[in-house]
Amino acid sequence: MLAIVDSGGANIASVRFALERLGVQSELTADPAVIRAAERVILPGVGSAAEGMKRLQARGLVDCVRGLTQPVLGVCLGMQLLFESSEEGPTETLGLIPGRVALLPGGPGVTVPHMGWNTVLTGKPVALLDGIAPDARFYFVHSYAGPVNAFTLASCDHGTPFAAIVQRGNFSGVQFHPERSGPAGARLLRNFLTLA
Amino acid sequence: MLARRIIPCLDVRDGQVVKGTQFRDHEVVGDIIALAQRYRDEGADELVFYDITASSDGRTVSTDWVTRVARVLDIPFCVAGGIRSLDGARRILHSGADKISINSPALENPALIGELAAEFGSQCVVVGIDSRQEGGDYFVKQYTGDPDKTRATRWRTLDWAREAQALGAGEVVLNCMNQDGMRQGYDLAQLKLVRAVLTVPLVASGGAGAADHFREVFRAAGVDGALAASVFHRGTLRIPDLKAQLIADGICLRA
Repeated sequence: MLAIVDSGGANIASVRFALERLGVQSELTADPAVIRAAERVILPGVGSAAEGMKRLQARGLVDCVRGLTQPVLGVCLGMQLLFESSEEGPTETLGLIPGRVALLPGGPGVTVPHMGWNTVLTGKPVALLDGIAPDARFYFVHSYAGPVNAFTLASCDHGTPFAAIVQRGNFSGVQFHPERSGPAGARLLRNFLTLA
Repeated sequence: MLARRIIPCLDVRDGQVVKGTQFRDHEVVGDIIALAQRYRDEGADELVFYDITASSDGRTVSTDWVTRVARVLDIPFCVAGGIRSLDGARRILHSGADKISINSPALENPALIGELAAEFGSQCVVVGIDSRQEGGDYFVKQYTGDPDKTRATRWRTLDWAREAQALGAGEVVLNCMNQDGMRQGYDLAQLKLVRAVLTVPLVASGGAGAADHFREVFRAAGVDGALAASVFHRGTLRIPDLKAQLIADGICLRA
């Protein structure tokens, strides 16, 4: 069973619908026991980091998510929460991946939020990108982003480079929305379903 | 590099997609789900659904069709029309919409923009502006979904665009009413002015009639996205042909 962590934020339905399109049943849940027992877990999220952490705390899910040992995929804000902290609030986050999430600087010709379809850059084979063309575009919509570091599998550039796909152990995260990224996004979700 | 966006706009009335000229004389052009899927298959980067009656009737958007769209669509979509509260916005976002767009209710209560941004994040709060050129300046109109209820506001378009951004809008859709439905090209002069006062994404709306119009609005006005309705609904321009031409012209797009 795949659990989607019900962090109470907006736009959680779309992840569930994307899995349905792949023929995968999922359970939207805030029950720590159900989340711990799931084969895989998706941590979705839209909204601000401080609000996202408050919602996880209010539901008693912070230690639950931190302690998961099965494959976990953070999506958008869910990925940002994997880092140590966020400028947005500011707030401490889950601390599963080193680094601080910061506001994208923007500038001439670079609008913030970063909203739309962009490519990602990798230096090595990435299991989540298996079968996806190197020039494929994914749908991004965010104002804050995680730093490029040793745990970055793919980066994106919007005025400044930032982490597009991260991984540390069983925790992976994508800054874009695979559920809204057409066939490339569907393939990425399918790849997540086969991650060991 | 971030791609520019081609955004078909589907005006919705009573569960059907409709289109009028200069906001009047609406005719049914098709079923929501069928059109949404067709545009997705053709390469649309995003879809906007405007419930054109909701705002002026004081109704809120039915979430039935929002859920149906969210189930089938694997590209982002935005819902507009009659969203006047946090609860109304929450219902639509929870039904699977990626963004909500507010227009007349933001003019009634500008603080709503900030409340929505604080609750859901700026990235899903779009402010739609219906702007008409009068004399040498541009002015914001309200309740444009119904010609009998359309009225002037106290806002100059540039001031309202700045204000909306300062309050927390994550994107602005500027609908240039003089051009809407005329298919003679976007209002490049006005869009350039608005682009210059915004740091958030700007989407051009009103006037698309040919591929050249899209090229010019991206090149000359520097907008992030270009929205169009009739030119797509009537089949004057097919999205795959449009994108092929724009890519050949050097515009960065999702192929």
